[in-house]
Amino acid sequence: MSNTLTIDGNTIPFTDGQTIMQAATATGVYIPHLCHHPEFTPHGSCKLCTVKVNGRICSACTFPAMAGQNVLSNTQELTADRKKITQMLFVEGNHFCPSCEKTGNCQLQAVAYHLNMLDDHYPLFYPQRAVDASHHEVLIDHNRCIFCTLCVRASQQTDGKNVFAISGRGINKHLIVNADSGLLKDTDLAASDRAAHICPTGAILIKHTAYQVPIGQRLYDHQQIDQVSLAQEQTPHGE
Amino acid sequence: MQAFIQSLVASHQHQPTHLLAILRAIQAQAHYIPEAAIKQVATLLNIPRSHIMGVIEFYSFLHLTPQGQYEILISDSITDQMLGKNELMAYLSEQLHVAVGAVRSDGLVSLNNTSCTGLCDQGPAGLVNGYALSRLSRARIDQIAALVEQQTPVNEWPCELFQVEDNIIQTDLLMTTPIESGAALKASYARGWSETLAEIDRAGLRGRGGAGFKTASKWQYCKDEAGPERYVVCNADEGEPGTFKDRVLLNTYAQQVFEGMTVCAAIIGATHGFLYLRGEYLFLYDKLQQILDERRQAGLLGNNILNSGLQFDIEICLGAGAYICGEESALIESLEGKMGIPRNRPPYPVSQGYLQKPTVVNNVETFLAAAHIAVHGGDAFAQIGTAQSKGTKILSISGDCARPGIYELPFGTTIHAVLAACGAEDVLGVQIGGPSGTFIANTEFDRRLAFEDLATGGSFIIFNHSRQLLDIAQNFTHFFALESCGFCTPCRVGTSLLKKQLDKIVDGHGSAGDVAELEALCQIVKNHSHCGLGQTAANPILSTLERYPELYQSRLKAISYEPGFDLDAALATARRLANRNDAAAHLAQVEDSL
Amino acid sequence: MANKLRIATTSLAGCFGCHMSFLDIDERIIALADLVEFDRSPITDIEHASNCDIGLIEGGVCNSENVHVLREFRKNCKILVAVGACAINGGLPAMRNFIPLEECLNEAYLDGIGVENPQIPSDIELPLLLDQVRPLHEVVKIDYFLPGCPPSAEVFWTFLTDLLEGRQPVLEYGLVHFD
Repeated sequence: MSNTLTIDGNTIPFTDGQTIMQAATATGVYIPHLCHHPEFTPHGSCKLCTVKVNGRICSACTFPAMAGQNVLSNTQELTADRKKITQMLFVEGNHFCPSCEKTGNCQLQAVAYHLNMLDDHYPLFYPQRAVDASHHEVLIDHNRCIFCTLCVRASQQTDGKNVFAISGRGINKHLIVNADSGLLKDTDLAASDRAAHICPTGAILIKHTAYQVPIGQRLYDHQQIDQVSLAQEQTPHGE
Repeated sequence: MQAFIQSLVASHQHQPTHLLAILRAIQAQAHYIPEAAIKQVATLLNIPRSHIMGVIEFYSFLHLTPQGQYEILISDSITDQMLGKNELMAYLSEQLHVAVGAVRSDGLVSLNNTSCTGLCDQGPAGLVNGYALSRLSRARIDQIAALVEQQTPVNEWPCELFQVEDNIIQTDLLMTTPIESGAALKASYARGWSETLAEIDRAGLRGRGGAGFKTASKWQYCKDEAGPERYVVCNADEGEPGTFKDRVLLNTYAQQVFEGMTVCAAIIGATHGFLYLRGEYLFLYDKLQQILDERRQAGLLGNNILNSGLQFDIEICLGAGAYICGEESALIESLEGKMGIPRNRPPYPVSQGYLQKPTVVNNVETFLAAAHIAVHGGDAFAQIGTAQSKGTKILSISGDCARPGIYELPFGTTIHAVLAACGAEDVLGVQIGGPSGTFIANTEFDRRLAFEDLATGGSFIIFNHSRQLLDIAQNFTHFFALESCGFCTPCRVGTSLLKKQLDKIVDGHGSAGDVAELEALCQIVKNHSHCGLGQTAANPILSTLERYPELYQSRLKAISYEPGFDLDAALATARRLANRNDAAAHLAQVEDSL
Repeated sequence: MANKLRIATTSLAGCFGCHMSFLDIDERIIALADLVEFDRSPITDIEHASNCDIGLIEGGVCNSENVHVLREFRKNCKILVAVGACAINGGLPAMRNFIPLEECLNEAYLDGIGVENPQIPSDIELPLLLDQVRPLHEVVKIDYFLPGCPPSAEVFWTFLTDLLEGRQPVLEYGLVHFD
């Protein structure tokens, strides 16, 4: 009985030190997430991986797995709340999918599809945000940033650099880059950096690759994010 | 400037953990953080400039663009508003010829709102270049405007403008007779440190910040952690609107607070402590430093406390305008020179706090009480109060009453008794524990101050029948939207959505489904937010909605839907450019009934 | 005939792409014609919607006329449906929201390259522009949303057949697209 917990009634094993997310992923249970990525230190900010642990709401990506936990994830209530949280991410930024080259490969969009999100529900903020196209190979479109910090973490933890950071407070949060000019071209980012490829939305894009795969034939056009995510994350990256 | 920064950073031993203090000093000198300073500090501290940018943009007292040589901020707490703040702000803006939120074109003065500055019993209040201004009136504003125009340095302004009163009205166990300096340390040393911890346990002391965790357990957990290094942190980031008791305790009882910290340090085995003082209390800084010096000279701090070989010293760190730093893990981040973003828990600060080392974070009042218990023992303390809430609670009372100020009352005191003590009449309700607490109606005044019933960090705001409940809820809701750190989605976006949705209803644009929508949004923000800020940000709405649903309903129009924005105003630019004002150039907010 | 559902459709700040996609149900439109009749729509000559069961609206709200039409639909349709990306979040027309309206109009009618006889149109017949393009749900209550740019013919078909057969419309995974 030790080192098992239940998710939605199913008993799953875990090893000491694992988070609920890690235990779930390892046994093929998908918990929606955007700011979590198995390669990097958990962040716990997007709150899509909200689960109920023994009746208490926790983030699966940061909360330690413990013996005997009764975890609820795929419930009507949590799914409805996750949809609301996703809608918040949509109205906060400017997510015009039809004109975004990430469409079909975008995790934000794919999570929305997965949650059967049909509308934005809330009033839209239409914030004034810029595009930084200064770098010859990589583009930042701030309109689509959801502050997951995956680029920040990838740059620090994998690339050994410090290209990205989140600045500001509250609804004025924004992504910044580590250059006096504030422009991506003046950072030490290389297009081959992990940080340039980790964005779950279309906020950081590799230039000149936009429509190599036509819309309709992209990652999430025919596959749900739960399958894609488990296939990518079930075996730890690099093994 | 370059030489100034060079020596400034050197005086902070090139420690990145001192970034906030360094930036505060640059802001005070230049009234903003110039680009060149960012570069220089980044190089000297060997940290990424983006880290510095993040910190500057996080704290509201730091700026990337020049503020006035006189940076004037006016406290926007509901208590200041009740004392006429809005009218005075308009007058100040007019007298200084500067718009709220702007810098005057000559660069002499800037004016803006700021969150509660903790002078709720002597407002309307404000800050000039960080120093607290009390009891603002038209006469004082005339005086201030003249001083600004004459360019009189702030340290030459008449001291009555900066006069901050204690207003201690009622004292009890802790405040009537403060302990003698050193008494708690001597008693504890004689008794034994473990035995002193046992006394604190016996006293049943719980944290006074509001959450009420058992102090002895916290100290025990920290003590039990492996590794040699531990820290004691006193949380004096008293940002909850309506709270000001820590200001008074630090002004008049600081010896005892520092002594409580020292007792804690001896018990858990810490050699270093911090007082995290909110930036708004800058005026206390020199005085507190002096008290620390006195204690060092008296052998109550330093390398050989009481000649017992005990080592402990206290450093004062100033905040820079961020309510979230009252949350203990955000406070620790801030102490480390970072943005005040609450950490994921577990691990808790008792096991991984400051610099990932075991850390006790307690409220000012908790350390005050701990020092008292160290002298007088736990039993005396435990005799007062209720089953779950031992001892007394120090309240900051403000709002509609005859005698606002500081009241120390035994736990278990009824709200009726509190209101009688401070001379409150015709009371509509009381906000207990500040915006993050609860609004209670005048039918509930037999409820008690206690962790079992009404827990409070000390904020107690009284409203009489002349006050509009929805205005209060609106002020609090705007406060949370402003102070959200922005880390997690439900709070970052949700508090702004709450503000929009409540404004829609209060401004009369609500219709049938809008209250239900508001309530649903409250639940998302409350249930899914990362920390206490978001989890309580909906309380002002939820606690008034629960008690006065009809008040919200009465603002709704009897139609199925109304836009949340002003439709006709949305045509104003087009009307002006087309030079039209015919009927077709206007839109009714709701469709004409047909 | 009496039991047929009456459907009205219109395009506000849209491109009629959603209407084109609707027509992509191809020959199924014959089956549909047995079950529904069209009220105000680009495919009829009816000028005003009245007494409809379903209103399908593509495009967001960019000017005063859009507001009037949207309100007419809301008043005359039991079920009002926001169709397509623009109706749901403003879509491409809303990308002007980041440029002040005055700048937009100046560029288009006064200062832009190739402008002759510069003047901002002021005929009272012309609708005035709102300062920002808005999605439908910010102006009236919307009952259903069909996302997509455009929603596929399959989406229209599924949605309408669900409604016609008395089911709560459900869009399965493959039918939910934002592009």
